[in-house]
Amino acid sequence: MRAMITAFVAVAVIAVGANIILDNVGFSSQDRSSSNAVRLD
Amino acid sequence: MFRALIVLLLSVFIASTSFAQDATAPAPDRSATGGAQTLEDILARQRGEEIDDSFRRDATGDPDSAAGMAEQLGTLGGASDPELWRALRYNSADITSSSRGPAATVLVQDGGMRWLEFRQGPLIKYGGYLLLGTIALLALFFLIRGRIRIDGEKTGRTIERFKSVERFGHWMLAGSFILLGITGLVSLMGRKFLIPVFGHDSFALLATWSKWVHNNVSWAFMIALVMIFVMWVVHNLPDRTDLNWLAKGGGIFTKGHPPAKKFNAGQKLIFWSVIVLGTSISVSGLALLFPFEINLFSATFAKLNSLGISGALGLGELPTALAPHEEMQLSQLWHAIVSFVLMAIILAHIYIGSVGMEGAYAAMGSGEVEEQWAREHHSLWVDEVKAKEGTAPEGATPAE
Repeated sequence: MRAMITAFVAVAVIAVGANIILDNVGFSSQDRSSSNAVRLD
Repeated sequence: MFRALIVLLLSVFIASTSFAQDATAPAPDRSATGGAQTLEDILARQRGEEIDDSFRRDATGDPDSAAGMAEQLGTLGGASDPELWRALRYNSADITSSSRGPAATVLVQDGGMRWLEFRQGPLIKYGGYLLLGTIALLALFFLIRGRIRIDGEKTGRTIERFKSVERFGHWMLAGSFILLGITGLVSLMGRKFLIPVFGHDSFALLATWSKWVHNNVSWAFMIALVMIFVMWVVHNLPDRTDLNWLAKGGGIFTKGHPPAKKFNAGQKLIFWSVIVLGTSISVSGLALLFPFEINLFSATFAKLNSLGISGALGLGELPTALAPHEEMQLSQLWHAIVSFVLMAIILAHIYIGSVGMEGAYAAMGSGEVEEQWAREHHSLWVDEVKAKEGTAPEGATPAE
């Protein structure tokens, strides 16, 4: 049972971590489809 | 595009289905329109028939025989206005754009409509039937066969079947897969089934969260898939005991169970389904996560063409010049179709690992299984474990 709960927690941690990493690797639509001259925010 | 997808499906699942070929009619007479499309062409297209549109698609002018600058049409580089529009229509015009990204120079791509219709129609319909049908079959099986009980007297002793790291990997794969399955179904079917019930506003919120979960939980699935493969591949290599196990149908409807090692043939089939289909889902999912970066289908179609597989199936040459969008559309359909198949398999796995069989859940719950259960379902494995522990098989007295 402990392995199961640890695994579910790991799923959540990996998901949050992945989101933080992906947000910062410059792969958003904005980063991919506009140049530095474009300001969307 | 749809037919192209079908051939891929066939090559993986080795189904034996024959396809009706479109009858190739003699080239229609277009002299009345000077080679342009006729009323019959338009009506055929509106009836949804597949027509050979090369007479339009390829009529985009010829720069090599362009008229000189000083002559008529000279500045257009050998293409008249209609020819230029046709080139735009069929995505063969040379477009330059200040927008970045591979999709920016595609102004018209008509694969999107076929994708949308297939996704909304047959994909939801048959995918849904597959899952509901699997659940119905399992329910029927439960009614007929009931719970598979431990036949013999329980010993009260247990054997360790899975270490905690194995259970961790299993539950990480299982937990992420269930989340991905549910959120995937929300993304695919929400428009049709959830919006009418909850309304657009609530569904928008749900869909946004669903997308977040689906995109980010995918990494846990991929990591766990690698873990499971590394930990269990040795135990899942096919051997002679599998043939005997399969010949006896796993003992599902008979008294007693055929001998098996750590994993029986049924479990090996589940394992390889998860590995092969899970990898395929992961690759197509990565293609969708990083749009236009990973193009799987033009290369695959080129392979199928050169190996003659598409020709052998009577599908002719598959398209290898796909618009970036079409690559994404095919990836999405492939991702969904393979996922439906794996979901159906996993439903059966969940059933047999929980309500379907007495004593099975403990293997993944505590990791310790009842010795009698182990002897009935994995007799050869029990012998191995006992031999390793240094204790002789049942009936022998301790050495000291």
